[in-house]
Formats: sequence, structure tokens, C-alpha cells
Amino acid sequence: MSESYEATVTDPVSAPMTCDSNPVEDWLRMDRMPHIWCPGCGIGTSVNCFTRAIEESSLDRKNIAIVSGIGCTGRVAGYLLLDSFHTTHGRALPFATGLKLASPKTKVVVYSGDGDLFAIGGNHFIHAARRNLDMTVLCVNNFNYGMTGGQVAPTTPEFAIASTTPYGSVERPFNLPYLAQSCGAVYVARWTVYHVKQLQRSIREALEKPGFTFIEMVAPCPTLFVRRNRLGDGLAALESYEENAVIKNGADTRECDLGMGGPIVCGKFVDIDRPSYLSNQVAHLRKVLGDRYVMPDAWQGVVE
Amino acid sequence: MVETKKSVAPKAPKGHVVVNTERCKGCGFCAQFCPTGVLAMSKGFNLKGYHPPIVADAAKCSGCDLCGMYCPDFAIYGVKNGRKPGGGDL
Ligand SMILES: Cc1ncc(C[n+]2csc(CCOP(=O)(O)OP(=O)(O)O)c2C)c(N)n1
Ligand code: SF4
Ligand code: SF4
Ligand code: SF4
Ligand SMILES: [Mg+2]
Repeated sequence: MSESYEATVTDPVSAPMTCDSNPVEDWLRMDRMPHIWCPGCGIGTSVNCFTRAIEESSLDRKNIAIVSGIGCTGRVAGYLLLDSFHTTHGRALPFATGLKLASPKTKVVVYSGDGDLFAIGGNHFIHAARRNLDMTVLCVNNFNYGMTGGQVAPTTPEFAIASTTPYGSVERPFNLPYLAQSCGAVYVARWTVYHVKQLQRSIREALEKPGFTFIEMVAPCPTLFVRRNRLGDGLAALESYEENAVIKNGADTRECDLGMGGPIVCGKFVDIDRPSYLSNQVAHLRKVLGDRYVMPDAWQGVVE
Repeated sequence: MVETKKSVAPKAPKGHVVVNTERCKGCGFCAQFCPTGVLAMSKGFNLKGYHPPIVADAAKCSGCDLCGMYCPDFAIYGVKNGRKPGGGDL
């Protein structure tokens, strides 16, 4: 077949970008496309894994609500054809908490960036995990604040360059799986967007498991983090993930630190059971209040 | 009678791939990670100025949709022949 591509002469306005049968379009707000993400940005790949995970899960899409904060990753809520909340920066978890308390039958998914969830929103994260609120948190970790120009984040690896650390960051970054586990998450995994199949399976497991479930999705921000650190483009980043990934299910999360050019330990690290916030509350209040306990209407038949 | 290999008609491809070239941003994920090397990046441009993938070896496509999973711009997908996109019978 010929190497050259015949440029189409269709006018992009009169022939809008539709492609009726791409199955992922069932999950997207096509009136919002094209999305804002740069060429080779890993966020879109993570979305593909997410939509396929829901598709093969036992969940009813009408019962799923997706909550994002602000950032390039925060746009996910606005692009997915689900009940979505695009909240304020760092506050996805407080919104999600309120939503879960008011409507426990809703499967609440928080989909946001590393800066949103662990810098401005870090406090909310530790408490949501500690309480074991029934929700799934999916974090796209691109090691910087993409949306605002690539500032250093609490996840930026030591000595990596960001717009605010032109000579390299000297801070120790969070090891997100270790943080999540220490705070009480019942399911913790890390994959990169190179590992599409494993990530899809892991998202499905996290969605179907009760309690606070967390997945770190390592992804390239080719425009800022990858370029500034002279790591090539998005494709080069995915190839480096392929090369550096060490798949180690059940790994000790204390040994899952990420450094520049070092191994990326991937896998499912934590999968335990403990009572969720809602079930714990109901059980305890029943015990201390007996007949005087009145369960909120929206909880009836949902919380045991 | 035992048929020799030569007399067997070439197998029909197991799947096919659909590219929406105008939506593509030329990242190259699909071509790089297609397990059977079906795709190549074009030297030509789409209207936005990106190099989209071309189907270089259609016969090798299994319709596995790995290209669709990788594509950050939702611009490509694979289908198993005789199946609906995303799975399911026709
Ligand atoms: C209260 C508040 N402070 C700061 C900002 C500016 N701001 C927007 S997005 C963002 C960080 C985004 O980083 P991350 O969550 O990692 O998302 P990414 O863009 O990398 O996907 C910041 C600081 C804001 N919108 N609101
Ligand atoms: S700035 Fe970075 S994170 Fe944001 S869309 Fe571009 S590549 Fe993706
Ligand atoms: S993965 Fe998608 S955006 Fe990237 S080159 Fe292939 S079709 Fe284009
Ligand atoms: S469907 Fe599978 S085999 Fe066909 S082009 Fe896509 S990745 Fe390659
Ligand atoms: Mg980020």
C-alpha cells in the first residue's frame, strides 16, 4: 500500500468530526469534541480504559456519577456522558463525599489530576481514605500542574524540572500508593497508560469493590513535564514506561517511590476489606440508639 | 486427500481498523503499539497539520482494538469482522 496519505478535501465545518461507530463515542459528549488535550497527552488513553472498564463491569451507567476538580484531567468529567460534576480546584472529594451521603446508591467516581488531589486537595484525600468512604478515586499522575503551565507538584520526582523549579525540584515527592494505603484505602493499584489492558481490569476491580479504592495512572504530559525534562514526546514517554515498568502485584508500597528514570513499580498493591463509612455508621447508631435510630430515606435498602 | 498448504486460499483478515484522520493528532501510539504492525504513520498531513496513521498491512489486522484503547483522541478503532464495534453480534 502507498506510503503517502491522500489529504481529504472535506471542509471540517460542514463535515464535522463524526465517526458514528467508534464505540467510545457512546461514552463521550460529542458536542464537546474535539477535546483540549495536547497531542500525545495520556489523559485520553486513561479515559479509554475507564469507559471499557465500566462497559464490562456490572455497573449501571445511569447510577454512576463522575466528579473532577480543576486541571487538564479535571476536564474528564465534562467530556464523559455520565452524570458529572466539574467542581472547584482540589474539592472533588468534598463534593463526592456530599454526593455519596445524599445518594448512597450512586457509584461515585473521582477522576482528577495529581495536583488537584494531592496538593490543594491533599487534606481531603487523606480523610476520605481514612473514613473509607465508598468511592473510587482515579488519579492521572503526570508529575506536574499541566493546565497552568507545568508548575512543580507534590508528585514531581526529585531533581525533575518544572516551570517553578528551573534547576530541578529538591523536594521529596509523595509515593501515592503508600500514602493511600497508610490512610486506609482498601484497594490500591498503580499502572501507566502504556498498560491499557491491566489498567482497564484494575479500574473495573476498583469500581466493583466497596470502600475507598484508589488507582494511580501514570501518564505523560508531553507539552510540559516530558518536554522540559527532555524526555521526548508522548510516544517516547510510553516507550519508557514499557521499559521501566516492574510489575509486582502485592508489592510493599513503601518501595514504590518514583524517581527520574527509575523503575515504575506497577500492579495491585492492596486489596483488603474493612467496613465502609456508611455501613459503620449505620451499624454503630443501631447499636447505641436501638429503635430510636431512623435511617435517612435515601439510605434505605442501600446501606446495610 | 491431504491438501497441501499451497492450495489453501489466503485467510480472510480477522478484523479491520477504522481511522478518523481529521480527528487524529499524530501521536503515533496506535502504530507503535499495534501488536501486528498493521499501521504506519503517513508522511502526508491532515487538515490540522498532523500526520495520521495509514493502514499499511490490512491483512494482519485482528480487530483487537488495542489501537482504539491507546488513541488519546478517539480517532481510531478496530473491529473483529462479523462483530459490532465494541463487541456483540452483528
Ligand atoms: C483555588 C485555585 N487555585 C489554583 C488554581 C489554578 N490551577 C488550575 S489547574 C491547577 C493544577 C492542575 O494540576 P493537576 O491537578 O495535576 O492537573 P493536570 O492539569 O496536570 O491534569 C491549578 C493550580 C485554580 N483553578 N483554583
Ligand atoms: S498540558 Fe499536559 S496534561 Fe494538559 S493537555 Fe497538554 S499534555 Fe495533557
Ligand atoms: S493514536 Fe490516535 S491520535 Fe495518535 S496517531 Fe493514532 S489515530 Fe492519531
Ligand atoms: S485492531 Fe488491533 S490489529 Fe487491528 S490495527 Fe488496531 S491494534 Fe492493530
Ligand atoms: Mg498533573
